[in-house]
Amino acid sequence: MTGNSQQVLTFVLGSETYGVDILRVQEIRGWSSVTKIPHAPPHVLGVLNLRGSIVPIVDMRMQFNLERAEYTAVTVIIVLSVQSRNGKRDFGIVVDGVSDVVNVDDSQVKQAPELGSREATEHIRGLMPVADRMVVLLDIDKLIAGHLPNTSDSIAEVA
Amino acid sequence: MDLDLAQFHASFFEESFEALDGMEAALLGLDVGAPDPERVNGIFRVAHSIKGGAGMFGFKDVASFTHTLETLLDELRSGRMAVTRDISDKLLVSVDVMRAMLTSVQRKEAVDMQKVADLQFDLEMIVAQGGGQAAAAPAAAPAAAPAPAAASAPAAAVPAAAAGVGRWSIEFRALPELLLRGNDPIAIFASLAELGKLTVTANMEAVPRLRSIDAERCYLKWTLELESDCAREQVDAAFEWAAVDCELAIARVDAGAAAPTSEAPAASAAATADGGSPAAAGAAPAASATAAAATTHADGGAHAVAAGATAQPVAQANSGAAPASKPTESKEAAKGGGEHSSIRVSIEKIDELINTVGELVITQAMLSELGRKLDGSLAEQFRSGLNQLERNMRELQESVMRVRMLPISFTFSRFPRMVRDLAQRLGKQIELKMTGEQTELDKTVLEKIGDPLVHLVRNSIDHGIESPEARVKAGKSPTGIVHLDACHRGGHIAVEIRDDGNGLDKNRILDKARSRGLVGANDVLSDEQVHELIFMPGFSTAEKTTDVSGRGVGMDVVRRNVKELGGEIEIASELGKGSRFIITLPLTLAIVDGQSVSVGSETYIVPLTSIIESLQLQPQSVNRLSGRGEVFSFRGEYLPIVRLHELFGIEPRATALHEGLIVVAEGDGRRIGLFVDELLGQQQVVIKSMEANYGPIDGVAGATILGDGSVALILDLSGLIRVATRSARAA
Repeated sequence: MTGNSQQVLTFVLGSETYGVDILRVQEIRGWSSVTKIPHAPPHVLGVLNLRGSIVPIVDMRMQFNLERAEYTAVTVIIVLSVQSRNGKRDFGIVVDGVSDVVNVDDSQVKQAPELGSREATEHIRGLMPVADRMVVLLDIDKLIAGHLPNTSDSIAEVA
Repeated sequence: MDLDLAQFHASFFEESFEALDGMEAALLGLDVGAPDPERVNGIFRVAHSIKGGAGMFGFKDVASFTHTLETLLDELRSGRMAVTRDISDKLLVSVDVMRAMLTSVQRKEAVDMQKVADLQFDLEMIVAQGGGQAAAAPAAAPAAAPAPAAASAPAAAVPAAAAGVGRWSIEFRALPELLLRGNDPIAIFASLAELGKLTVTANMEAVPRLRSIDAERCYLKWTLELESDCAREQVDAAFEWAAVDCELAIARVDAGAAAPTSEAPAASAAATADGGSPAAAGAAPAASATAAAATTHADGGAHAVAAGATAQPVAQANSGAAPASKPTESKEAAKGGGEHSSIRVSIEKIDELINTVGELVITQAMLSELGRKLDGSLAEQFRSGLNQLERNMRELQESVMRVRMLPISFTFSRFPRMVRDLAQRLGKQIELKMTGEQTELDKTVLEKIGDPLVHLVRNSIDHGIESPEARVKAGKSPTGIVHLDACHRGGHIAVEIRDDGNGLDKNRILDKARSRGLVGANDVLSDEQVHELIFMPGFSTAEKTTDVSGRGVGMDVVRRNVKELGGEIEIASELGKGSRFIITLPLTLAIVDGQSVSVGSETYIVPLTSIIESLQLQPQSVNRLSGRGEVFSFRGEYLPIVRLHELFGIEPRATALHEGLIVVAEGDGRRIGLFVDELLGQQQVVIKSMEANYGPIDGVAGATILGDGSVALILDLSGLIRVATRSARAA
C-alpha cells in the first residue's frame, strides 16, 4: 500500500480537523431535523430520509466528547458508506463544517500515539500534516461499528 | 479452447432445479399401468438435458447417475417396460437424489455417493430385470460400467439403433463467415452420416439475389434428421469446429411417441407436397449443397424464397420417418414459447423499482400539499393536474407491487409429493385437492407461509385423517380428503386447509390442558377458547410421538409465523366431520394501513390491524395497581396503560391521561392501552427497513416517509408489549 495516494475530505469539529476517505462520502447536505430512535445511544441523534432510505445520524461532537454545539442552518451532515459486519450501511455524521479535499500520500500518514485506553484511538487510522495543521484520519468502519445495535439477539429469536 | 464454463453454472443449476420440479410434478401425475406417453417423454427429456449439461460441465457423478436414470426412462418411454408403482417411487427418489447431488455440486460440497450408488444400482437392476428379454444386452452395458458413460454409449448404440430408437433433429444455420473460416458443411454432414441414416434439408430463404451474392459467404440453413442412437457428444463432435460460426440446435427426438402425434402437421406437409413437388425435386439434391450449389439454384431472388419456404415440409414428406418426429418437436417449441413469455429479474431490481415508486408517491404527496395552499388563476388547473398525477401514481404503485406477486401454486406445488409420501408412510389413503392456486401474493409472504402450511397439512394427515379402517367404520369413504384452497378476501388472502377427518376432540384437548394445569378443573370453556389451547407452546394431544408430528412444537410456531406476516389463523372443527384452518394474510408486506399518532413532536404509525379501539379515559376509570402500573377496564378486562412517551423517552405534550388518547392495541394475543397525545390520520404507508442502515429496535417494525419528507417510525405492537412488560418488571 505504500506510495499510494488517496483523496481525503476534511471537516472541522471545534478546533480539530478530521479526515475521511473521499470514496466513502455519499453526499454532503445541510442540517434538517431528525426522527428520534428509541433506546438509541445519546450520540445517535435519529434517522433521516435520504432519497428513500432511512439513514441514522451520529453527532460527532458527542462521539468525541466535545462540547455540544447548536444545530444551525450551516451545520453539515456528511453521509458516509461504511462496511459493517452486516454489510454495507449508510450513516450520516454531523460536523461543524466541511473544509477541504486534500491529496494524501500513504507515507505521510503517521501512527497515532497511544493515548490511554485503546477505545480512544482504535477508530483513528493515523495522523497527517496538512499545511500547518494536523488532520486526524478516521477509520469510519470501526467508528460506526460501535453504533449499530447488536443484531444477534433478534436473529436468535427468529431461529 | 479455454472457455470459462463456470459462468454458465448458475443458469445450469437454476434450469436443472426447475426441470426437476417439473419432473417431480409429471411423475406424480403419472398413471401406473397406462402412462401418458407425452408425460413420460417430458420426464425423459429432463433427465436427458441434465445429463447433457452435467456432462458438459464435467459433473461426472451427476452425469453418470442421470445416464442410468435415462436408460430406465428410455425403456419406459419405448414401452418395453411398464410403469409400476415401484418404479414411479424409485423415480421420485431419483428426483430427490439428483436434487441433492446438484445442490452439493453447486455448493462445491462432496456428494453423498453411497446413497447415489445404491439407488443407481437399484435402477440398473430394474432395467436389467424388467427390460429383460429384448433389451437386456444394451442395458447391461451401461450398467456394468456406468462411469465412462460416453465410452460405453457407442457399444450400446448399435443394437439400439437397429431397434430404431434414436433420432436426432439438428437445426444448423451457418453464419456468413462459415466458409471463410475453412469449414466445410459437406464434411460435417459426411461425418454425421457415418453415425447413422442422415436426411439433410436445405433452407434457402436467406439467399439474396444473384447480383448481390458474395460467393465466399454462406446463406444457408439446414435441417438435419439423424437416425442413430449415438451419444450427444458424438453429434456435437461433428460440429466441433464450426460451432462458433453457426447457430446450432441439437435435440434428441423420440421415436417411441412419434407415431400417434403425427396427424395434423403431417397432413399440412402433405398438402404442400402437392403444389411443391417440382420444388422438392430441386430441394432434395440441395440437401448436400454448398454455397456454390445454392447460388446456381437461386437465380431469381423471389423464386428462391418460395422454393426455400416449401422445400422444408416437402423434404420431410419425402423422407418418411422425418415428419413423425418433426411435429413433436415443433409442439415442444410452441410450449416453450409460452413458458418463456416471462423474464427473470432479480428481486433487488424490483425492490429498487418499488423504492423509486415509493419516492415518487412521497414527492407527489408533497406537491399535493403545496397545491392545496396555492391560490391564483392557475391554481385550479394545477390542482386538477395534480389529481391526475395522483391517480396515475396509484396505478403505477399497484402495478409495481404486482410485479412482486406470484401465484400461490409455487407453495402449493410441494404438497402433492408430501401428501403422497406421508400417506404411504402412515398407511392412509388421502386425496389432495387444491383450488385457487392462481391466487397471487407477495413473494416474501409466499416464502414465509410455506412452512406453516406444511405443518398444517402434516397435522391434517397425521392427526386429522383416520386410518382407512376407522373411516369405513365411521361410515366415511376410506379415502380422506385434504383440501387446500386460496382466495382473495377484501384486501387479504385467505388460505384454507380443510380435511374430512376426525376433527379436534375437545374433551381430549381439555383433559390434556387440565392435566397440565393450563385450565382449572371446573372451568367451562367456549369452543374458541378450547381451540386456542392448541396454540399453546408445547401442547400436543397425540398419544404417541411420530416422526411426522406430535412433538408439541407446532401450532404455536405456526401462529407466530402467521402473525409475523401480519396475518391471523382461525380454527373451525367438528368432531367426526373434520377441521378447517383458515389463515388470513396481507397481500404484501411492503405496505401497511396505519394510524398516525403524535407524541410530543414525533409522529408514529400504528398498524391498523393491531388497533382495536381508540378512546379517551376519564381519570376516575383508571386504577393503580400496587401503587404503580395503571390499568383501566375495557370490555370486561383490565388492560395496562403503556405511556409511549415514557417507553421511548420523549417529551410529550400531554401527561394527564384525560388530555391525550388511549389506543387499545393488540400484539401477541395481549392487549394494552397505548397512551398518545393525539390521533392524526389514517393512511397507507410504505414500510422501509430500519435494519438496512441501522439495526433492529424493540417495538419498532420499520419506518416510513411522510408527505413532508420526514421519517416516522412504525410501531410493532408485539415488541412494544414485550418491552413494556419487561421494563415494568425491571422497575
